[in-house]
Amino acid sequence: MLRINKTQMGLAAALAATLAWNAPAVAATPKDTLIMARDIGDIITFDPAEAFEFTTGELLTNIYDRLLMHEPDNLQELVGGVAESWEISDGGKTITFKIRPGLTFHSGNPVTADDVTFSLRRVVKLNKTPVFILSQFGWNADNVDDLVQTVDGRTRITVTEDLSPGLVLNALSATVGSVLDEKLVREHEQDGDLGYEWLKSNSAASGPYRLITWKANELVTLEAFPDYRHGAPATRRVIMRHVAESSAQRLLLEKGDIDIARGLTPDQVQGLANNPDVAVDDNPKSDIVYMAVNAEHPVLGKPEVWQALRHLADYSGMTSSFLNGQFKVHQSFWPSGLWAALDDNPFALDVDKARRILADAGVGGLEITLDTLNLEPYPRIAQSLQATMRQAGIEMDILTADGKTLWPKYRARRHDIILARWAPDYLDPHSNADSFAHNPDNRAEAKLTGKLAWRNAWADDDVNRQTEMARNALDLDERKDMYLQLQGMIQDRSPFVVMFQRNEQTARRSNVRGFVSGPNFDLVFYRNTTK
Amino acid sequence: MPERAEAESGSGPTPLSALSTVAGSLLTIASTFIGLTAVTFVIGRVMPVDPVLAIVGDRASQDVYDRVFLELGLDRPLYEQYWRYLMQLFRGDFGTSIMTAQPVLQDLIRFFPATLELATLATLVGVLAGVPLGVVAAVRQGRLTDHLVRIFGLFGYSVPIFWLGMVALLIFYGALGWLPGPGRIEVYYDGIVAPVTGFIVIDAAYAGEWEIVRNALSHLVLPVAILSTYALAYIARMTRSFMLDQLRQEYMLTARVKGLSERAVIWRHAFRNVLVQLITIIGLTYASLLEGSVLTETIFAWPGIGQYITHSLFNSDMNAVLGGTIVVGISFVGINMLSDLLYKMVDPRARA
Repeated sequence: MLRINKTQMGLAAALAATLAWNAPAVAATPKDTLIMARDIGDIITFDPAEAFEFTTGELLTNIYDRLLMHEPDNLQELVGGVAESWEISDGGKTITFKIRPGLTFHSGNPVTADDVTFSLRRVVKLNKTPVFILSQFGWNADNVDDLVQTVDGRTRITVTEDLSPGLVLNALSATVGSVLDEKLVREHEQDGDLGYEWLKSNSAASGPYRLITWKANELVTLEAFPDYRHGAPATRRVIMRHVAESSAQRLLLEKGDIDIARGLTPDQVQGLANNPDVAVDDNPKSDIVYMAVNAEHPVLGKPEVWQALRHLADYSGMTSSFLNGQFKVHQSFWPSGLWAALDDNPFALDVDKARRILADAGVGGLEITLDTLNLEPYPRIAQSLQATMRQAGIEMDILTADGKTLWPKYRARRHDIILARWAPDYLDPHSNADSFAHNPDNRAEAKLTGKLAWRNAWADDDVNRQTEMARNALDLDERKDMYLQLQGMIQDRSPFVVMFQRNEQTARRSNVRGFVSGPNFDLVFYRNTTK
Repeated sequence: MPERAEAESGSGPTPLSALSTVAGSLLTIASTFIGLTAVTFVIGRVMPVDPVLAIVGDRASQDVYDRVFLELGLDRPLYEQYWRYLMQLFRGDFGTSIMTAQPVLQDLIRFFPATLELATLATLVGVLAGVPLGVVAAVRQGRLTDHLVRIFGLFGYSVPIFWLGMVALLIFYGALGWLPGPGRIEVYYDGIVAPVTGFIVIDAAYAGEWEIVRNALSHLVLPVAILSTYALAYIARMTRSFMLDQLRQEYMLTARVKGLSERAVIWRHAFRNVLVQLITIIGLTYASLLEGSVLTETIFAWPGIGQYITHSLFNSDMNAVLGGTIVVGISFVGINMLSDLLYKMVDPRARA
């Protein structure tokens, strides 16, 4: 007969004591620390010359001051960041920036025009993904030292292309316009890499927060910079915690282990409605969801098919059901709420009309595939499209994949139809026009893979001309009219069916105040947040 | 009987046999290493994902894409890429991870202790509880205790761990609030204790941060409990089965006839004879927990090697995948060698 001996009893007692010791383990977050949950799996670097991911864009806004920027109290207006003022001369080709006096970096080094000049040159010389934002000015590694210079304590830039000064200024408000502490970066330079390796996981900035820790797929910790030019941030520490699962985010929020949840689904937001400790804010974003047709396809390449497809999406049906609250119908490439946005939504589900258009074009028995991301809500949107297309006699298979599999296919023009999203790189309509409308060389070997028009093998001379005219226009009103017209042209004649615009629903503990999430992915500000 | 076997085996292993054992072990390690890296490397290259896009993103121009493609050496034949990687490994360079922007070796030093901590504790619980339960079930075959152990064994072995983990989180964290939620520690404690061993509990205790020790221990309870359910069930089932075999042997009757106590009959005679088999089972369980705790790590946001490899795969981060795979492979070989060593300690016949 086996009996429990003293050792076993001791073990049991120790286990019970451990459990008892652990019992009061659930605690509220510290008062001086803001904890946010979101999927941060896209972060690969914190270098403003390379970072081009959604999460990093947002974090860099809170770490670096840019030459020009948007502020949380007026998100529509472009104002000086590190620049106090600027002068445009030479018919808009030269801009001279006066730097705010008395600014310091986190290191204590003063912010000077030399730092601004170094930062802009560095982006061009490193030649990483976001370089196109500056290289459109005609800058390259060989000429940037001549075109970006410090003159009399000011930074003077020269643009060699015929661009609207408004576009140049807006482009400089992108992440690549972040101002780096040259002295600190040089201290960490290895083999002339301009601090590239070091800046992947460190910061050399003058913004409201300093990067303390980045643990990939775990967390990012920021610490307030007390000497920030607008005053010390209201919250001493910000932690962005990696929680990819939206259900886990909701659980953590309701338990008080996080202050803000940044990725809840409509169902979960609805489930929070009766929780008095949680509030949900609507933040209209500039991400758009679109469907695009590969114009190389022998049948899908017919403009009549594109017209038919515009009537085969159940726009309102989707926004009133599984997209409820998180997307609204929007049918032009530049998002609603921004300068020069076309708010007309002329298309609605009309299967009969689509059938007639297809019949007139002699298209019948069409069997195609639709590629999309394997993330919600894309598969559900795809299913809705599949159902409505079937009503018009189009059989569509849905292929879902991770971005790393999907984007190579899209860039190689191997899709039939793609369902994807897009967000502007900076708040100027050219950012999206350049991608959706401009394709100066449609040959496969041209490989203009950064442009959506090229990926879909579509080029239209009138549309190209209109895009270039709008890009170069000096008069603001004229420019706006051109973009409104251009959006109408894309609605009428392109293989793009823009369907929705995102609304971010941010769920927060009700004691959290002052968190600002602006229209673009990078315009999110932590510094006024209190709890 | 082990004692007699030892007496009959002579004076122990000769220098030649010891040398051949060491050579055999080295050969095993080398072939495992080459096989693992080769297979993982090829799989990584034939997967329909693009490692260049993992770095440059989908909006990169073709110019930027082509430059990174060349920088990664992807224009070279596959065998040349593999050879270069091997040479790099021999210099102790596992490459840099795309995902973390850190040297892979540094990442492994950070992530592996988290998995080791979880797997070791789960195995310990599995052994400490599973072995006695298995013995009790065998001794009381057909009675209520036996039925309960068998039902638990079936449950622990067949219920998906991710489901169990989620339910446990909902109950003990969500509903009751007895235990903390996902994570190895509350995020606001992160960075307070400098990593020395990589085991938060030990490092925090070393630093005298008792609040963090308490917090880290409380975070261990649920994932260890969930992971040990599998270990416990498997070990208990196998112990029961091995013990039943021994309890049917004639020498058991002899021992009882000699007037030995029931405790001595079961633990000193029957149990000692199942030890070698048990060591194999425990070793396999430990190894499978080291490489197979991905789901538990995912549900409990536990930054371990399983999660590291999974995230790396999704990000086409092949340096990280290969580094993680090598660590897991070496762990397997190491555990097997440890098991061999233990056989020789408990069974003198294995020393020849």
